[in-house]
Amino acid sequence: MWLITDKFLFTLLGTVVFAVLAPIVGCLLAGLERKVSARMQGRVGPPLLQPYYDVRKLIAKDDVTVSGVDGIYMTCALIFVAFAGGIFFSGGNLLMSAFIVTMAALFFIMAAYSSRSPFAELGAGRESLQVMSYEPMVLLMAVCFFMASGSFNIGEAFWLRMPVICYTIPAFIGFLFVLTIKLRKSPFDLSTSHHAHQELVRGTTTEMSGKTLAKVEIMHWCETVLFLGWAGVFFIWGNPVSIVIAVVVALATWFLEIWIDNNFARVKWQAMLKWAWIVALVCGGINIVLLAFI
Amino acid sequence: MGYASKSPWVIHYDGSSCNGCDIEVLAALCPGFDVERFGIINTGNPKHADIFLVTGSVNERNIAVVKQIYEQMVEPKVVIACGICACTGGIFHDCYNVIGGVDKVIPVDVYAPGCAVRPEAIIDAVVQGIGILEEKSKALQAAKKGA
Ligand code: SF4
Repeated sequence: MWLITDKFLFTLLGTVVFAVLAPIVGCLLAGLERKVSARMQGRVGPPLLQPYYDVRKLIAKDDVTVSGVDGIYMTCALIFVAFAGGIFFSGGNLLMSAFIVTMAALFFIMAAYSSRSPFAELGAGRESLQVMSYEPMVLLMAVCFFMASGSFNIGEAFWLRMPVICYTIPAFIGFLFVLTIKLRKSPFDLSTSHHAHQELVRGTTTEMSGKTLAKVEIMHWCETVLFLGWAGVFFIWGNPVSIVIAVVVALATWFLEIWIDNNFARVKWQAMLKWAWIVALVCGGINIVLLAFI
Repeated sequence: MGYASKSPWVIHYDGSSCNGCDIEVLAALCPGFDVERFGIINTGNPKHADIFLVTGSVNERNIAVVKQIYEQMVEPKVVIACGICACTGGIFHDCYNVIGGVDKVIPVDVYAPGCAVRPEAIIDAVVQGIGILEEKSKALQAAKKGA
């Protein structure tokens, strides 16, 4: 058995490693997304490292802020994402990781509210609705993971005889559905769009510029890595090959997200909330009932 | 080359253009020219933009808007006048409400003439603008270090 301090130190180490590696991986994923999106639209697209260039440029811009505190809120959001990633990738508690990454979303919302701009405030309101939409399904997903593997701890998955996905296909499908909301991709890019124009100018990030906007970008990268990790962990069992399978699944999930992003127009928030909850109740509910009887 | 030149984000504002130049600006973003190859993104938000593309002339109604967009942009920034209307007023120069080219209100860095300005000319102007952006960025960094 591990001592509690050991575990804490291990999580801390995981957080540091995640804080270093996730931006690199996430940046490459974002670059890949821009390339793949461009190809889907019949364009050549920017270089693979374009997201990195963007962030470096944003850091070099002049410091201008409306409220003076949005940068601090975004720093907090980054710390929480790193912590959530650290918990997850050091084999910690899935439920805890999900809660803590939501804290990051809340700080992002606070950063948007703090500017007092009508566009940013509307974006923040919509971001809150997005949190409300995806959270039930994320919780049910974690519960299904617990019921299938016997523990919320990711580390335990490496001792399983069968991967969790064998028992949780409905919950996994439900998770894929809310993943689009969590990644703020079209058709659920209500709060802020990754693409050029929208009716709220840029929603949550309208008033952010320079370093603060760079932090938002880095947060997106880290979130992407974490969420794709969640998708991959469903395919882990007590066989080292499963890690390769999990990575392939994570990449396939990313491709699916890009495809959805490119092919669907934005929906209204009412539809998003309704469908996210219906999917959560149906997929999550059915899965929990099934697991309860197995 | 610094990073300022690798990711120039653009905001496009239509002054009193006839829409000819606007279409050409958007054409530059389409698959045929695909300026995203150079990292150029059309942002629609002055706070995120590095390059201000203005089409059409300045008139009594939009003078405040042009000024405000320019002021909201974060340094370093570059202004490009697209089309002869934005450069000098063009065929609308003696209209009762037209003041003239964009340089009557804000400092213009690059002029891209043409009626309508061709996408190739816009790309050339933006590339030239990127060079100026780079210089301004260096000056800003130097000022920051000195301060
Ligand atoms: S330059 Fe010609 S095409 Fe462009 S806005 Fe003026 S009149 Fe229209």
